[in-house]
Amino acid sequence: MNPAVSTKRIAWPALAVAVGLFAVAPLFVSDFFVSAILTKTLWLGIAAASLIFLAAYGGMVSLAQVGIYGIAGMAYANLVLADGGAGTAINPYLALVLALLIATLVGLGFGWIAARSEGIYFLMITLAFSVLVYYFFSQVTGLSGFGGINSVDLPGIVGSPEQDPLPRYLLTLVVATLVFLGLGALSRTAFGLGMQGVRDEPARMRALGFDVTLHRTLAFGIAAFVAGIAGVLSVFYNTRITPGSINLAQTIDVLIVAVIGGLYRLEGAWLGALTYALIDNYSREWVPEVGNVLGPARFNTLIGVLFLVIVLASPGGLIGIWDSLRAKVRTPRRTPAPTPVPQTTE
Amino acid sequence: MQQFVTVTLNGLTLAALYFVVASGFTLIFGLMRVVNMAHGSLYLLGGYIALEIQTRWFTSDSGLGLSLSGASDSEYSVWAWLVPLILATLIIGVIGVVLQQVFLRWNQGQDLRQALITIALSVILADQMLAYWGGISKDIAAPSAWPTSITLPGEVRFGFFRGVVVLSAAILIGLALYLIIKRTRFGKIVRAGVDDRDMVSALGINVNRVFIGMFFLGALLAGIGGVLGGTMISLAPGQDTAFLLNSLIVVIIGGMGSLGGAAIGALALGLVDAYADVYLVFGDLDLTNYSIIVTFALLVGVLAFRPLGLYGRPA
Repeated sequence: MNPAVSTKRIAWPALAVAVGLFAVAPLFVSDFFVSAILTKTLWLGIAAASLIFLAAYGGMVSLAQVGIYGIAGMAYANLVLADGGAGTAINPYLALVLALLIATLVGLGFGWIAARSEGIYFLMITLAFSVLVYYFFSQVTGLSGFGGINSVDLPGIVGSPEQDPLPRYLLTLVVATLVFLGLGALSRTAFGLGMQGVRDEPARMRALGFDVTLHRTLAFGIAAFVAGIAGVLSVFYNTRITPGSINLAQTIDVLIVAVIGGLYRLEGAWLGALTYALIDNYSREWVPEVGNVLGPARFNTLIGVLFLVIVLASPGGLIGIWDSLRAKVRTPRRTPAPTPVPQTTE
Repeated sequence: MQQFVTVTLNGLTLAALYFVVASGFTLIFGLMRVVNMAHGSLYLLGGYIALEIQTRWFTSDSGLGLSLSGASDSEYSVWAWLVPLILATLIIGVIGVVLQQVFLRWNQGQDLRQALITIALSVILADQMLAYWGGISKDIAAPSAWPTSITLPGEVRFGFFRGVVVLSAAILIGLALYLIIKRTRFGKIVRAGVDDRDMVSALGINVNRVFIGMFFLGALLAGIGGVLGGTMISLAPGQDTAFLLNSLIVVIIGGMGSLGGAAIGALALGLVDAYADVYLVFGDLDLTNYSIIVTFALLVGVLAFRPLGLYGRPA
């Protein structure tokens, strides 16, 4: 899979339009849509963005992101007042900071172990991490409650989502925008360029004096921080967290979101998440029932087939399809775009 | 002492099952660099197919057929277990070949894309198996003539199927694989292919046919594992994940592509699982809930010193 990674600057007008649309959407759609589709899109997109960040700029397809977001979510839920778990009942803002700190530290640890392997080994090791985190929380009921941690206390800024989902939605929107801008900006710093160098030519980077393992580990730590944000936001969204919500299925769902959107562009994360949320909510209504094979209860089959089709047809995901369509329309009139960075690592 | 022997036997039999499943995973990877993320699905599907054959052909409908576990009180001959085993194994082998020819063959060399394709297939397979066989755990019945348990010296009683059948099956399979890889022409090509695929095909060997053979063998091993596991433990949604994870850990520890590594990795994982489940009690402090951390520590410990696993070699 080697579509070029975009190194273009952020398309500010497009970003402004997208954020603007998200911001005014609550005026036109129902509260249900705001919560179930838009809010979910935004936080799921952040989780997928942490995966895409590593994949696009670091060449590391990590399946540990859900494990890390689970750690952040579980840490937050254990630290604040909640039903089940440790129930330490400290201030939610402090708990938020601690949860992100824990997630980042664990991420750095995972990263340090995984960073010395590459490609498919990296994928397998991070998958093992993620599943082990799930087994840990499903076994240790002292930290995950029986049947999860419920009615988790939320910080004041979120308000009470049952009555008014708007503050939570706007908070998620602001955070998602900041994550997008932050990761985009980071990829153009010396560190981000170093990451891309490590991705394409680890041996040469080593010869230039770069500490490749350290570079990969730090990148993993940054992605873990972002995944942690998604984890805490998912607790805000569900007001609960269960071991079942961080299992392999969720790990694969985040991967599916990232791949549907496109593994090579950050904005793909939210495009994939929106597609996923829409299918998740509305497929039950229009999918025909075909015996046992297809029907309202067979959401996983549907999303699995979509995933398969995307992987087979367009390695760049939906963004990739969009890019190639645009290239087709524009090529006659414009000079070809500058040759993108070739990705040599398979 | 008795407890120690029982726990050790538990670990060894778990290791035997892990080895059977993981050896298929590691052989496919070693030759083709394909990480078959649907390996766990093939395991579970193998078990379910055997169960289906057993209930359709060999279960006399004497009871009301309402038993939740799927086990009725009917008698099972040895054939009622062996025929499903052989058929299910062959069917899974063929499914593996179809999977490789339809989805993976034209992506040879793009290992990430192949991994994603097999993940997609495993999602679909898991959902379809849930639709067809439901969420309740089911068992394949062992032949009624076989004893349920044996008594070892020292008054240790242990399950016959688990202790004798699974263990000897794993040893036989290990020996057979060793002989296939070391002594046959196919094995020679496979070993050459692991070292240098391009050279092998340049020498005029039909690599595609070798790949078909290897995928058949690898999937077949997952199928055998599924039937053994379905009789020894049970079949339920989620077992596919569990055995994919086990296979991953076994080959990450042992080194991808190495049969000996798979054996060592399976032993390490099986014994650590078994001991950690029992012996993590220090006085009043019961840490058995945390046993998964020991597994994790095993994985991390190996990776910290040997990033490619104990017997792994750079690709």
